[in-house]
Amino acid sequence: MSSSTELRTEEMLLNVGPQHPSTHGVFRLIVKIDGETITEAIPVIGYLHRGTEKLAENLNYTQIIPYTDRMDYISAMSNNYMMVHTVETMMGLEIPERAEYLRVIVLELQRVASHLLWFGTYLLDLGALSPLLYAFVDREKILAFFNELSGARLTYNYMRVGGVKWDAPEGWIEKVKEFVPYMRKQIQDYHTLVTGNEVLINRLKGIGVITQEDAINYSLSGVLLRSTGIKWDLRKDEPYSIYDRFQFEVPTETAGDCFARYKIRLREMEESLNIVEQAIEQFPKEGEIMAKVPRVLRTPQGEAFTRIEAPRGEIGCYISSNGKDKPYRIKFRRPSFANLQVLPKLVKGQNVADMVAILGSIDIVLGEVDG
Amino acid sequence: MGAYIEQSLGLTNSLVFILSAAALLGIVLGFVTYSIYFQRKILGWMQLRIGPNRVGPLGLLQTVADVLKLLLKEDIIPKAADKPLFIIAPIIAFMPAFGVLAVMPFTESIHFADVGVGLLYYIALSGITVLGVVTGGWASNNKWALIGAMRSAAQMISYEIPLVMSVVGVILMTGSLNLIDIVEKQKEMGMWFFIPQFLGFIIFIIAQLAELSRTPFDLTEAESELISGYLEYSGFRWAFFMLTEYVYIFAMASLTTVLFLGGWLPPFEFLGFIPGIIWFGLKFLAIVFFIFWLQATFPRMRVDQLMQMGWKVLLPLALLNILITAVLKTVL
Repeated sequence: MSSSTELRTEEMLLNVGPQHPSTHGVFRLIVKIDGETITEAIPVIGYLHRGTEKLAENLNYTQIIPYTDRMDYISAMSNNYMMVHTVETMMGLEIPERAEYLRVIVLELQRVASHLLWFGTYLLDLGALSPLLYAFVDREKILAFFNELSGARLTYNYMRVGGVKWDAPEGWIEKVKEFVPYMRKQIQDYHTLVTGNEVLINRLKGIGVITQEDAINYSLSGVLLRSTGIKWDLRKDEPYSIYDRFQFEVPTETAGDCFARYKIRLREMEESLNIVEQAIEQFPKEGEIMAKVPRVLRTPQGEAFTRIEAPRGEIGCYISSNGKDKPYRIKFRRPSFANLQVLPKLVKGQNVADMVAILGSIDIVLGEVDG
Repeated sequence: MGAYIEQSLGLTNSLVFILSAAALLGIVLGFVTYSIYFQRKILGWMQLRIGPNRVGPLGLLQTVADVLKLLLKEDIIPKAADKPLFIIAPIIAFMPAFGVLAVMPFTESIHFADVGVGLLYYIALSGITVLGVVTGGWASNNKWALIGAMRSAAQMISYEIPLVMSVVGVILMTGSLNLIDIVEKQKEMGMWFFIPQFLGFIIFIIAQLAELSRTPFDLTEAESELISGYLEYSGFRWAFFMLTEYVYIFAMASLTTVLFLGGWLPPFEFLGFIPGIIWFGLKFLAIVFFIFWLQATFPRMRVDQLMQMGWKVLLPLALLNILITAVLKTVL
């Protein structure tokens, strides 16, 4: 055999994305594969960068709110709240009770909606077609609630500095109240339909294991952090809004793998429903939905950073102000972006199918990654 | 048909053969058209949707419209593709799929060839399809298609072995490879083979799903990983691959009916007045439904798990089944 016909093997460079059904948007991953084993993965981001932070420097605080909708468009309510919360903290505003309860109800419903979307698309990534449709039916019910409140299904623009824009229409609270037990039953259905599936467990157990050390070093937050056994939830550990008034558990797992994250997300939905139920019980019959705020919002000179627990992790907002009605500099701590950094480490040595499972379990939204 | 096979080849009987082959092709194409519709409807109902209902009454013409669209599409061959291979691949894949139907006995009188080694013919011919798939993947000159092709080669070859091994039990019990003899034997025993050959039946069902690349073994076209296998193919060439897939469902469901579910035999003697073709059709449809049902239920397995299951679980079980059958046959 001459040398030119000798068998040789080489690594293949594979471009996953930016147009790929499992990257959940315009995320690109350059992977080196040896057979089906990934030897190296380089994430490339920025295809959806819109420069929200820079744009915000020329907008007043109320005008920034719709821009936050478009960062994490799967859970726009949390983003709305994250921004107004920082401004309120800087201005030292007192928020009316009714507005606080409305905020908590929509924030927790949003968490359920966000996790539902994750549940459906994640199983679609794993090759199961039906759960997506089931999850979407239930998510649609929540979106209908938001639609009644704010007139939008995804980009709500609902929160305002000092309260919320619209009061709950008549009968809305009752409808949400009926929804809670319905949704609990649905989650049980998901468990019987999906969780026990042998194929699913084999696909997820022991895949994409994150250690506690890594989780902290990579600054992971949210479900990724809690899947390693660290009990850290800002709603409990640094309560904001009125979260200290509710009884709820912070679900954790110790395995740190994809299955742990799957279980935590499903349990978080139940806990969110518990919070919604309690909030509805305590909901004040009447009252203002907006605090007395000046016509032109001016933050005092100085800086502030506040963070909240969004469905995808800790979302934070830093504002540096020179006393004008526009921020001098605004910076968002975007959990999808921070969480995504661990991906190259997790997929190394795994095969292509596991890469999809791991990327899905991180739960990124590209609007948030790229900012 | 049987009477014609005995005769020497003349003008009349060759005309009959050509016409009936064309008729079978028509039936198969009709089946493919409506099994796609059926699949989409079933998936729709199982997924809280309606499914196709716009084109024609009840959406019955949806697939026809889809095929027309595929026919009208521009025929694209990638510049860097291996042109002759790219063109021939869908044909290599399709020919055996249709060819295997020649030995399929739909009833005792409706069959095309009464081959002594019918089962062997079926298995041998269906093994060629993988060549078409690999050729297509290679000729596309696309990395994703290549991975898909490699996966399908590994998968189909690995699962062909337990598939063949699982039917050996049936062959041992019948003492013949002829598909008609297999059904006759079930009539004689008064029991369909899925009862005495239960283990073989289960292995056969699993291995057949892998052979057909259906959920949970649809790795070759794993949409979420590989963006579907034959991704450089478009228009009618792509349709050919899809056609192959559905014709195989037709063939496999027929084969399962014949081997394990008693072919055209009625379940009880007193129901014998209903023609055999109807019984065949009912059993056949039950299997097709089962295949689609799984599609709505299962996630996809991983490629290494699939291999492990094929070699470490199914193959030893199939061998065990042969052993048990052989021992029982000698003892009893």
